[in-house]
Amino acid sequence: MKRLSQFRRHRIVAPLLLGLALLSIGTTFSVAGAATGAPITAAERSALIEEGKQIFLKGCSSCHGINAEGAAIAPSLIGVGAASVDFQVATGRMPMADMSVQAMRKAPVYNEKEVEALAAYVASLAPGPEVPGESQLNYERDGSTAEGGELFRTNCAMCHNFAGQGGALTQGKYAPTVMGVLPRHIYEAMVTGPQSMPVFSDKTITPEEKLSIIKWIKAAEAEPQLGGASLGRVGPVTEGLLVWTLGLGLLVGVAVWLAMKAR
Amino acid sequence: MSNEIEAIKDPGLPAHVHRRADTDPKAAAKAERQVAILFLLSALGTLTLIGAYFFIPQDAFIFFPVLGNTNAHQLFLGLGMAASLFFIGMGAIHWAKTLMPDEEVVIQRHEFRSEDEDRAALIATAKAGAAAAGLGRRSLIKRSLGLSLGLVGLSPLILLRDLGPLPGDELKKTSWKAGTRLVTDPGDRPIRADDLEVGAVAQTLPEIGEGVHRKLSDIGKDAVLLIRLRPEEFNLDAERLSWTHEGIIAFSKICSHMGCAVALYEQQTKHLLCPCHQSTFDVTRAAKVIFGPAARPLPQLAITVDSEGYLIAKQPFTEPVGPSFWERSS
Repeated sequence: MKRLSQFRRHRIVAPLLLGLALLSIGTTFSVAGAATGAPITAAERSALIEEGKQIFLKGCSSCHGINAEGAAIAPSLIGVGAASVDFQVATGRMPMADMSVQAMRKAPVYNEKEVEALAAYVASLAPGPEVPGESQLNYERDGSTAEGGELFRTNCAMCHNFAGQGGALTQGKYAPTVMGVLPRHIYEAMVTGPQSMPVFSDKTITPEEKLSIIKWIKAAEAEPQLGGASLGRVGPVTEGLLVWTLGLGLLVGVAVWLAMKAR
Repeated sequence: MSNEIEAIKDPGLPAHVHRRADTDPKAAAKAERQVAILFLLSALGTLTLIGAYFFIPQDAFIFFPVLGNTNAHQLFLGLGMAASLFFIGMGAIHWAKTLMPDEEVVIQRHEFRSEDEDRAALIATAKAGAAAAGLGRRSLIKRSLGLSLGLVGLSPLILLRDLGPLPGDELKKTSWKAGTRLVTDPGDRPIRADDLEVGAVAQTLPEIGEGVHRKLSDIGKDAVLLIRLRPEEFNLDAERLSWTHEGIIAFSKICSHMGCAVALYEQQTKHLLCPCHQSTFDVTRAAKVIFGPAARPLPQLAITVDSEGYLIAKQPFTEPVGPSFWERSS
């Protein structure tokens, strides 16, 4: 007993307890998160919406308004739908870290369960695009890589680069890379048109065509670099830079050595 | 102080400095070894190439710092070839610089004109040759040779015609006619007005008959971008407003500056950006140029809907699409 109370004051205890606490919270959430597969009842749904409302009031309402009606610095969220919330919050874009030109992808602040609650709350305000389910996102089965490539080149490549690496827009805004993005988030971005991105309607690009685009993106992601260093796959800019600096520098060095007199 | 200008003296040639290998047999042996090592490195490069070709599978990947995951087969083929060529050259240069004869030889410049007797001899030879060939006597050969040589000269001139034909009025017209449906690109599906939400864009082309092949040269002129805004966001005159339909506005995608595809639409600012030279067009003001080198707005296509509710062109483009050309009126 005495030994235990001595150990209580040991400097390792505090970090150890913190680690244990974090572990138990994480386990709780992963267990709770795993249970959401089954369809939820109306009562559970309203509880979820209520939970989402509480998160919203704490984390989002200072910019988006108490009733998500929007304000001078942030748009209204009425009618943006669950898909929009899932995209913005689960990719870490919202809440914004600062009011710079655009919200960027970062580690998400809320966990999956909280995002789901937030999405349920915002979707309860007015109908909007829903979060696509796993069965709707079977791009391996329903998509076509070749068709996806054609669609990507016509509809996406001008902003996101021909290899999906992202590119610059005006005044510091940019189209982010689409590499390493969850299929669900790619789908939601096309449906909701976040930030500078326009909406790609289901009638002009059908859900199957969207899956083809995702399949192409995933194929581009997994594509081996047969030609050696990809240099970011952004085209002639980095290639030119490398050749003009390193390549020409090497040639100049060789030329200097050629003309040097041996001693 | 005299005002006389003193001619700069001929400084002569600098004294020749001998290389270490010229005087010291030890240094010469070292240089020889160095050259041999460079040649051996080249041989090693070739062996690497051969080894990589036969023994590294084509789908083998290795991680290489900076390069990332790289195809080992290609990488070692390339490295081997680079080493084999580079070190053979380096060895030869090093050999020449350190060991090959190092005497400096002065060759004075001479006049470019040949000696008179050489010139006279050349003319005499040419005359003798012409007389021997008998061109003066055999006029049939002379004339037929003249004919064939003249015709040979003509053929490249004839082939120059392939630079044409002149485009005529091709640059001034597109496939859009009054009543042409707008269809998705790719997919060729007609589009209803309510298929587009506010903030949506669609890449479109004119509808084309079943089984007709779309020509790339046509797509290059016909491509149109549809954008849907809230109607109250427009800042257009009455005519241009009548060219829109329920907030849907259509512009030629071909930049009026250099003809790149302008389709970077920023939904929040309603700006269209050309990726090539950053010309920026304001969609709410009929694609007015607000930044960049473009001199004209993007041509707007007047659209409406047909009896089935599909979007159609109300009339052809009223001005040539794409960049300026010599005969363009405005």
